[in-house]
Amino acid sequence: MTFEQPATAHLPASAPGPAIDVAHLVKLYKTTRAVDDVSFTIARGSITGLLGGNGAGKTTTIAMIMGLVLPTSGRVQVLGRAMPAQSAEVLGRMNFESPYVDMPMRLTVRQNLTVFGKLYAVPHLRDRIDALAADLDLKEFLDRPSGKLSSGQKTRVALAKALINQPELLLLDEPTASLDPDTADWIRQHIDAYRRTNNATILLASHNMLEVERLCDRVIIMKRGRIEDDDSPSNIMLRYNRATLEEVFLDVARGRAQEPVS
Amino acid sequence: MTDVATADTGRGIAPHRIGAMILRYWYLLISSWPRLLELVYWPALQIVTWGFLQTYIAENAGFFARAGGTFIGAIILWDILFRGQLGFSISFLEEMWARNLGNLMMSPLKPIEFLISLMIMSLIRLAIGIVPMTLLAIFFFHFNFYSLGLPLIAFFCNLIFTSWSLGIFVSGLVLRNGLGAESIVWTLMFGILPLACVYYPVSVLPHWLQIVAWILPPTYVFEGMRALLIDHVFRADLMVDALLINAALFVVSFAIFMALLNSARRAGSLLGGGE
Repeated sequence: MTFEQPATAHLPASAPGPAIDVAHLVKLYKTTRAVDDVSFTIARGSITGLLGGNGAGKTTTIAMIMGLVLPTSGRVQVLGRAMPAQSAEVLGRMNFESPYVDMPMRLTVRQNLTVFGKLYAVPHLRDRIDALAADLDLKEFLDRPSGKLSSGQKTRVALAKALINQPELLLLDEPTASLDPDTADWIRQHIDAYRRTNNATILLASHNMLEVERLCDRVIIMKRGRIEDDDSPSNIMLRYNRATLEEVFLDVARGRAQEPVS
Repeated sequence: MTDVATADTGRGIAPHRIGAMILRYWYLLISSWPRLLELVYWPALQIVTWGFLQTYIAENAGFFARAGGTFIGAIILWDILFRGQLGFSISFLEEMWARNLGNLMMSPLKPIEFLISLMIMSLIRLAIGIVPMTLLAIFFFHFNFYSLGLPLIAFFCNLIFTSWSLGIFVSGLVLRNGLGAESIVWTLMFGILPLACVYYPVSVLPHWLQIVAWILPPTYVFEGMRALLIDHVFRADLMVDALLINAALFVVSFAIFMALLNSARRAGSLLGGGE
C-alpha cells in the first residue's frame, strides 16, 4: 500500500489531444438503447452543448464520460486517459454539476465546500472558498445549511463545488434548470467567464436552446440515443434554414428535418 | 493551468481524502444534537433494562449468582457488534439520503478510501454510544467492563471486524438496489443474534445449528467471554479462529461490494440513488 501526497502539478491546458474522445459508445438498459453508437471529440478549451429532449441520451452520455455509468460497448477517453479504467488519474482535474445529485443538506455551504476542497486536495482552501464566495455571491449564506437555501442559491453552491478544484474539464448537466431567467443568465455569465479565464473545456447538456446558442461554440444534437447533428450553432441554423436553435430543435424532435437544407 | 487546480496521481490510498470524509461525517454529527443523543440513548436503555433483569435473576438463581456479569458483558459486546455495523452503514446511508453519492463517485475518492472512512466513523460513533453504557454498568451493577483487560482487546477487534464486513456487504446491497434495500441495514444483525449465541452457550443449540454457529466469528467471542467470566480462562484459540474467519469474511465482503458497485455502474444507479 502506498500513500499519496496531494500534488499541484498537472498537464497544461495546451496538452495534445482532445479533452474528450468518445468512440462508438453504446449503452443498453435491458432492451432500451439509451445511447446508440455515439462518437465525438471535444477540443480543449471549447464549450460544447449536448442538446436533446427527454430520453435523448444526454445524461447517460455525460455519466459514461464521468465514469459513473459503464458503457455496454465503445470507448471513452478523458484528458488522454481511458475511462473508467484510468479515472483515478483524471478525476482530480475535472468536475461536474447535475440536478441528479445534491450537496449534503445539513452541512453549511462552507462545510460542504471545505469537504469537497479537501477531497480534491485544493491548496490554500480557505482562500479558494473566499474567492468562490465572492465570485458567485455566496458570502451572505456561507454559514447557512445547504438545505435551507433557495433553488437559485443551491445552483450557485453546486457551481462553486464544481469549480472548487478549478477543473480543466467541466461537465454540466442542465446547469440552469428550474431557475428564474435572471439567475439563469447570471449563472451562464459565470460559466462563460470561467471558461475564458481558465481556458477550460466545458460540455453542457441542456434543454435550453437560448443557453446553448449563447454559450456554445458547437452543438451536438441527440435524439433517441443517436447524434442527429453536430456543428456550430450558426451553421446548424443555416443548414436547417431556421432563425433560432429552438426551431431547429423542434424540427428535429418532431421529425420534420430529415433532410436539412444543404 | 492555475495554481489552484490539483491532480492526484491516483496511486495508492490518500489519507487527505479519508480525512475529508471523516470531516464530512463529523460536521453531520455535530449539526444535530438529537443524532448525538440517539447514539447514547439506546445503548444506555439496553444496559439499564437488561442489567436490572440480570440482577433479579442472580438473586434468585444460584448459577447466575456464580456467573455474575456474563449477561451484562454479553449485552455490551453485542452492542459493540450491532452498533459497529450500524455506525458504518448509517454513515453510508447518509450519502444515499443526501443524494451525494454521485458527487463522491465523481470525485477522486476511491471506494477503498470511502470504506476506510466509514470504518473510522463506526469507531467514533461506537465510542460515543458505548463509553456511557460501560460507565452505567459500573455505576448501577458494579460491573467494570474494562476489568476484562487484554482479552477485551481480542473480543473488541473480532467483533468490530465482523461488524465492518457486514456493513460493507449491506452497503453494497443498498448501493446496487437503492434505498428500497435500506431495511436490511437495520435487520441483518438480528438474524445473527440467535446463532451467535450471545446470551447462551453453543451447546444449547441442536447439533446441526451448532455447525452453523461456529461459522460466525461472534460465536467465538461470546464463548470466549463466558469462559473468561465463569471459568476465569482466556481461550486464545477461540480468538485466533475468529480472527481467521473474520479475515476471510472481510475479503469476501469487499469483493462483493466491488462487484455490486460495478453492477450499479452498469445499471446506472449511482446517479440519484433513491428507491
